[in-house]
Amino acid sequence: MIEGISIYEILSLTTILFFIGVYGFITRKNLISILISSELILNASIVNFVVINKYIYPDMLQGVFVSIFIIAVAAAETALAVSIIINLYRQISSVEVKDTEIMKY
Amino acid sequence: MNLGPNYNLEWKTKSMERYIFYIVALMMIVFAIASVSSRKMLRSVIYLLFVLIGVASIFFLIDYNFLAAIQLTVYAGGIVVLMIFSVLLVHHIEMQLEMAKVSKRILTAIASLIGIAVVLVTIHSYDFKVTGIPTTTTTAQIGTGLLSYEAGGFILPFEVISVLLLAAMIGAIIIAKGKKLDEGNWESEVEKQNIKE
Repeated sequence: MIEGISIYEILSLTTILFFIGVYGFITRKNLISILISSELILNASIVNFVVINKYIYPDMLQGVFVSIFIIAVAAAETALAVSIIINLYRQISSVEVKDTEIMKY
Repeated sequence: MNLGPNYNLEWKTKSMERYIFYIVALMMIVFAIASVSSRKMLRSVIYLLFVLIGVASIFFLIDYNFLAAIQLTVYAGGIVVLMIFSVLLVHHIEMQLEMAKVSKRILTAIASLIGIAVVLVTIHSYDFKVTGIPTTTTTAQIGTGLLSYEAGGFILPFEVISVLLLAAMIGAIIIAKGKKLDEGNWESEVEKQNIKE
């Protein structure tokens, strides 16, 4: 644990990060920007898992494992989302949300 | 009163960690706001990179070095590079992003602030049972826990995650390739035969 920093301060930081991600997720109009916002949200949750593990259950490692799995799932999700975006750009020449109306060609 | 020769040094490093945390936290919040409000695509991705490095430095501060290394390699090394690639493939760099209407942005900001307020009140009113025992975790402990068959071991999710990564890799290749693999092969075969004839 960090000397002189309580768990409340770190949880406040991750809360602020999470809601900045939510703000971006709603206001952005571009698919890649929405992907960036979702990465912010995922990162806030990873830090939460790790910090609660370290401060409240320091002799266990469950939070570390869960955050490793979240990182792996986020990597898979980003790879798939980027491939979908590139395919979409090839077909309709745009990555704006308002132009993506058809799910399947 | 003799406090020992290291007393002054220890006190300095303790307060130093505190200041480093505050600097990192401020940096993360500023860059996160810049990342969701910048109108240039590539800059937005680079600001996200700084937030990810801030998360890794928090992992370093709370003494999980292995997790910080994973964060730096997978996120900063893999995901951000992938995003930069997609931005460069898809976008004109000089293009300004279209923003939402001002009224919608203000409404969303107010809703987010209300959300932050509610969650912060909840967190600060809950009494966390912090133990305060400083422990260090080695990479070997994480490895044995991840591959252990006993109760509390994570071997099954570990294997499931490996299958998921394989499936995501194959799916990404097939989706990004565009058309079906069979048709492409068949057409190229036909072309080869035409050339021969």
